[in-house]
Amino acid sequence: MLVTHMLRTALLLGLFAIVGTGLVALTFKYTEHPIAESERDALLRSLHALVPSGSHDNDMFNDVLTISNREHLGSDMPMRIFRARKQGQPVAVVIEAVAPDGYSGNIFLLVAIKHDATLLGVRVGKHKETPGLGDDIEIERSDWINSFVGKSLSNPDVSGWQVKKDGGEFDQFTGATITPRAVVKAVYKALMFYQAQGDMLFVEGKQHG
Amino acid sequence: MDNRYSGISSDGLWHNNIGFVQLLGLCPLLAVSSTVINALGLGLATLFVLVASNLSVSVIRNLVRPEIRIPAFMLIIASFVTAIDLAMNAWLHDLHKVLGIFIPLIVTNCAILGRAEAFASRTTVDRAVLDGFMMGLGFMLVLVLLGGMREVIGQGTLLANAHLMFGSIAENWTITLINDYRGFLLAILPPGAFLGLGLLIAVKNIIDEKATKPTVVETMLATEQN
Repeated sequence: MLVTHMLRTALLLGLFAIVGTGLVALTFKYTEHPIAESERDALLRSLHALVPSGSHDNDMFNDVLTISNREHLGSDMPMRIFRARKQGQPVAVVIEAVAPDGYSGNIFLLVAIKHDATLLGVRVGKHKETPGLGDDIEIERSDWINSFVGKSLSNPDVSGWQVKKDGGEFDQFTGATITPRAVVKAVYKALMFYQAQGDMLFVEGKQHG
Repeated sequence: MDNRYSGISSDGLWHNNIGFVQLLGLCPLLAVSSTVINALGLGLATLFVLVASNLSVSVIRNLVRPEIRIPAFMLIIASFVTAIDLAMNAWLHDLHKVLGIFIPLIVTNCAILGRAEAFASRTTVDRAVLDGFMMGLGFMLVLVLLGGMREVIGQGTLLANAHLMFGSIAENWTITLINDYRGFLLAILPPGAFLGLGLLIAVKNIIDEKATKPTVVETMLATEQN
């Protein structure tokens, strides 16, 4: 008697689990494609904001290389490098990098570097910096991030690649020095990475790396 | 418990409001109420989960055995939350990114399991759905109110980032109430959420007190009769 009672109860719970899992599976099936598309759209918007669509003629989103390099890109995770070309000639790369020493953890960056090693621009992705203080690194909140446009390893020189408080060229924010300091450092490292790798980053063979 | 429709409604919206009276779901309430749009997004998601879980729990209330009711309710709630998490990721991608972990965390909002256990599992489907809707609406209103307060005091705007939810037509819905406002950081940071919620609860208590206190005339009449 007790055994049948237990069995029935267990079966009932099993049934609920199956129905619940079914609901989730069904939702997943119908949202899988839109989610991938939304993610692609969001990334494409950032890519195109950095590399004007007229300056290249390839599909940057699919012309991608994956590299993990803790020293220069700030994380052991595989980072994507999107390549922009015009008629097969290298135009620019957009490098995913991480500033690991933000005020609250990792700051994800997209660093766009022109073929001549000057910066096309930088955008901030996911981060957990203090709202109202550190989040001025977002383009929506202030144009600080545009101070990178046109800069390169030699402009300014090494000592200039710091926030003003540390004797460099880049502004810090009132009440938030750690955040911009981390971003400046990460962008500088990404430029070093580009200098070290050079045209290797444009090698066609690794197209779908 | 008041089982009439009007009673269920006034319980959810006012007398037994999740945010003001039961003080449940404080973690998401305090974490995402920094702007109206964030608050509205989480409020709507919670509302949907509450209605759906109350409905399902009420439908199966005679089927489920007491020993397994809590795991069964959790299964139902977790399934709906995962479904809405996926749906928001697909169709409200940017808002989903802002709300982040707080959408999946709706599962742990004890208000939802609380309504399932204390109300929906003991009543008819129509009452359960109404209860879920009114409780969810009450919670959402508190979220939006607190979000509005914090947004105005913190950044001097209302409806900033409305396009995250309503698409490109909402690009210029942002109302700047105070020009050249440097912002008041306390309101945006977590302590501001606690202070704001505390003030709102105080206001609610004052209103309740006023409503139940007899008027001067009534008091005089009462003393005369003595």
